[in-house]
Amino acid sequence: MIVGITARAAGTDAPVEQRFGRAPYFVFVDTETGKVESIENPLVDAAGGVGPRAVQMFSEHGATVVITGQVGGNAARALEAGGIKAYAYRGSGSVADALAEYTAGNLQPLSLA
Amino acid sequence: MKITIASGKGGTGKSTVAANLACTLALSREVALVDCDVEEPNLHLFFPAAAVDVPVTTPVPEIDLARCTFCGECGKFCRFGALSVLKDRVLVFPELCHSCGGCSLVCPQGAIEEVPRTVGRVACSCPLPSLTLISGVLNEGEVQAPAVIRAAKLLAEGHPLTLYDASPGIACPVIETLEGSDVCVLVTESTPFGLHDLRLAAEVAEGVGIPAGVVINRSDGQDEATLDFCRERGLPILMTIPFSREIAAVQNRGGLICRDLPGWEGRFAGLFDAIVKIAGVSP
Repeated sequence: MIVGITARAAGTDAPVEQRFGRAPYFVFVDTETGKVESIENPLVDAAGGVGPRAVQMFSEHGATVVITGQVGGNAARALEAGGIKAYAYRGSGSVADALAEYTAGNLQPLSLA
Repeated sequence: MKITIASGKGGTGKSTVAANLACTLALSREVALVDCDVEEPNLHLFFPAAAVDVPVTTPVPEIDLARCTFCGECGKFCRFGALSVLKDRVLVFPELCHSCGGCSLVCPQGAIEEVPRTVGRVACSCPLPSLTLISGVLNEGEVQAPAVIRAAKLLAEGHPLTLYDASPGIACPVIETLEGSDVCVLVTESTPFGLHDLRLAAEVAEGVGIPAGVVINRSDGQDEATLDFCRERGLPILMTIPFSREIAAVQNRGGLICRDLPGWEGRFAGLFDAIVKIAGVSP
């Protein structure tokens, strides 16, 4: 399973970013192989419509789970349509911390309705 | 002749100037007044009358799922996020679409057709015997202000004398309004904010290549900074409206100072003469 986490920098030591579509980086972690891929988000300075475009990037990277602070309405619709589950991480820890919390079952699903 | 009334800063008195100028001119000729501030049109408040609505539509993509292979080209192309291509479906967010038509061009399957979608309307009325009011109204939550402005301006085509009341700011809606104008009236106020935005608006008029002049509104008589700027940039001062409780009172009850206060009809007629002079075209 691939988990995508919004982050302020690359790698699993980077702090988690609360914003979804305008997060500076997306960190994708394959929970089976442990492989980590960080991509710089090209949408940071885009004018609008970043939510659905970010979802498309998560979908392209094969992510089935997203961990972030919160998502907007258009992103929520796209996540739901794409069958991607979103979980809320509101702490100030790293990508690795957020992933550990998720694995331990401590994160609440974000309401996409 | 086509005259745009713009300002940069909001609340400087664009609509006040446009409404009074239109009302004054309508005493002696046919005038079309176009409210191009489509996100918050307000000229109808000065000129209440029954209006006829014309819907404004823009083309948005519709996906033919029988042809779509979910290749993702359209989603990658759309810089506005209006198309999300997922594993087994394409999501269309029509309110994010800017109707550029690019998605249908890049689709290798020819699976995208453009269909019309209503984003606003244009309301037409005749509040005075010689005055036609054409108001663009963008629906709430929509982004395509220029499409509604284009439609409103199109409906005013053919009138010998047209006034365009622009929206505040200097972004796409203002550029769209200025397009095709002969002259631009910049309404400002003598505050640091007014001057800051006047500077930007003057640059836009210059960039679009339209001669401009300035109306100073709510003047407290200490307009030196604005006057210096106008002198430096060769912008003529077309009119100065004082900061006055009497004027504010007329304005606040939806009245027109050219009609309700003595002397102002003549002053707005004088404003028109000054505009004609800088426009360099015959009225």
